[in-house]
Amino acid sequence: MFNRDRWQEIFETIRKNKLRTFLSGFTVALGILIFIILFGFGNGLKNTFKEFFLDDATNTLYLFAGSTSKPYRGFKANRRIEFENSDLKDIKENFSFFLEYITPRISRGASVRYKNEFDNYTTRAVGPDHQYAEKTIIMKGRYINELDVKNKSKHAVIGRLVALDLFKQEDPIGKFIDVGSSVFKVVGVFQDDGGDNEERFIYIPYTTRQSLEKGNDKLDQIIVAFRPELGHAGALAFEKELRSYLKDKKSIAPSDPRGIFIRNVADQLKQNQQFANVLQLIVTFVGLGTLIAGIIGISNIMVFVVKERTKELGIRKALGATPKSVIQMILQESIFITTISGFVGMAIGVLILNNMGESLEDYFIKNPYIDIETALFSTLILILFGGIAGYVPAKRAASIKPIVALRDE
Amino acid sequence: MIKINDLHKSYKMGSSSLHVLKGINLDIEDGELVAIMGSSGSGKSTLLNILGMLDVLDEGTYELDSVLIEDLDETKAAKYRNKFLGFIFQSFNLINYKTALENVSLPLYYQGVNRKERQEKALRYLSSVGLADWATHLPSELSGGQKQRVAIARAMASEPKLLLADEPTGALDTTTSYEVMDLIQKINQEGKTILVVTHEEDIAQMCKRIVRLKDGVIVEDTKVDQVLAAQYVQ
Repeated sequence: MFNRDRWQEIFETIRKNKLRTFLSGFTVALGILIFIILFGFGNGLKNTFKEFFLDDATNTLYLFAGSTSKPYRGFKANRRIEFENSDLKDIKENFSFFLEYITPRISRGASVRYKNEFDNYTTRAVGPDHQYAEKTIIMKGRYINELDVKNKSKHAVIGRLVALDLFKQEDPIGKFIDVGSSVFKVVGVFQDDGGDNEERFIYIPYTTRQSLEKGNDKLDQIIVAFRPELGHAGALAFEKELRSYLKDKKSIAPSDPRGIFIRNVADQLKQNQQFANVLQLIVTFVGLGTLIAGIIGISNIMVFVVKERTKELGIRKALGATPKSVIQMILQESIFITTISGFVGMAIGVLILNNMGESLEDYFIKNPYIDIETALFSTLILILFGGIAGYVPAKRAASIKPIVALRDE
Repeated sequence: MIKINDLHKSYKMGSSSLHVLKGINLDIEDGELVAIMGSSGSGKSTLLNILGMLDVLDEGTYELDSVLIEDLDETKAAKYRNKFLGFIFQSFNLINYKTALENVSLPLYYQGVNRKERQEKALRYLSSVGLADWATHLPSELSGGQKQRVAIARAMASEPKLLLADEPTGALDTTTSYEVMDLIQKINQEGKTILVVTHEEDIAQMCKRIVRLKDGVIVEDTKVDQVLAAQYVQ
């Protein structure tokens, strides 16, 4: 391996057979390059998917109210059901074992103004725990707290893009904005990984919203988070019990499919994760396919190279080359070429991925990347199989009688 | 130098088998220049291949320089070839991407001679065939006669006990053929044992002894008065 003479012989062969060297090197480099780029794209696709679907907390149930479709307990069908503050309290009391937190949400559109800047935004009247449900990240100031809810204070937490639109470079904390016809004090600015739309919301205490709407106690929506330890089965059981409890409380027929709707994020999460797994499978499959195609390419080149050299090998053997030295020469040369070009291909691939960054985000590929272990491992696999692919024809060539090889024209 | 006793060789051709050599007995002394003649199919090339350990015998014994050549696997054959034999082929068999000098030094590489010594020795043998000025040229830049001289220099470089030439003038015109034979005669005069396979009568007459083969047996084995090739060469 470290015989200087043998290396000199190999370098000489490489130098004088540039086309052959280029062909085999190019095949290897291209194989690994395509593998790295495809694998990186796959990862980028997964990133986009995660951002789209896995942003919110996953241990939550979303409760909506609708109209009944069956008469029950003397009520007619088609009765409109609404959630109230007492529902919050009752759920807290009856399901404390399952519960992690609970928060209402009342969504209203509003024209919002600060000095001369104004625009339409959606306000969400919520409780303090809503922060966990949406995984809201506070940039400045604070989120809505219990005191705000208790005092029905006119405090608002605005999204990063709302702050940008209305305040430009100004610090919004402590400033007052007009929301509809009332004045709110900005107490916080948040950001959210869920994308631009999520950063255009304005959060206010739900009690404030209720008092603005003539002091009612109606709620649009209730978000319930269960303890993650419950697992998927526990979550389903909780959902079932919660549904029958609320139906009983609101006098909805147990067999009525309408009236109350529960969206279980755990169910959705499971589907999404299945989808993510399929995506991963496709990425792996494509990568494996490329790698195999690369290996087949190298094998072809190696068979061609050895075939082309049959006569040369016959001459060498007539001059005293042993089969071992013939195999060694071919293998050392092929492994040398595959190693160099393999790592060159890998480096180019990684470089391309790094420079791509966000440029393909429109095609749902965000931050394509490949971890260094996968890159190195696949390169080594390619080199290993390049070696094996070289060994088989080399061994055959070495065992051909020189007299046969010399006859080969 | 060579002792062959009752040598048999046959080739399998599908289901039938072709008996090529049918009991050859041949003794060759040190310093002889022997022509092996015969029409095509007489078995002369097969005999040369067995002598050159490029092929194995079926029956009989082969002794080279008092070493019994038997149980040849490829590795052993390669070592014997490198130590005992130099080959000259009809089609030269130079490696086309190596220069004349590199071609000549190749057998020395397989002998494990170091690079510097290899270069010196190769250049010396290249000079001895009159091609020192062509050392850095590729085979494609040489004429047929020059290629065969490079091949002869390569065969000589490993300092073999025996030179085997398979139709060395087969691809050359008459003038060039005589030049090559002149070179072979000179090498012989220095004491090297040489076997030349040929079907050309004039080339055979330039050797010291002619062995004629027909249908796998020796039909004639005579010493001749050597015709010197030098008289035809300017």
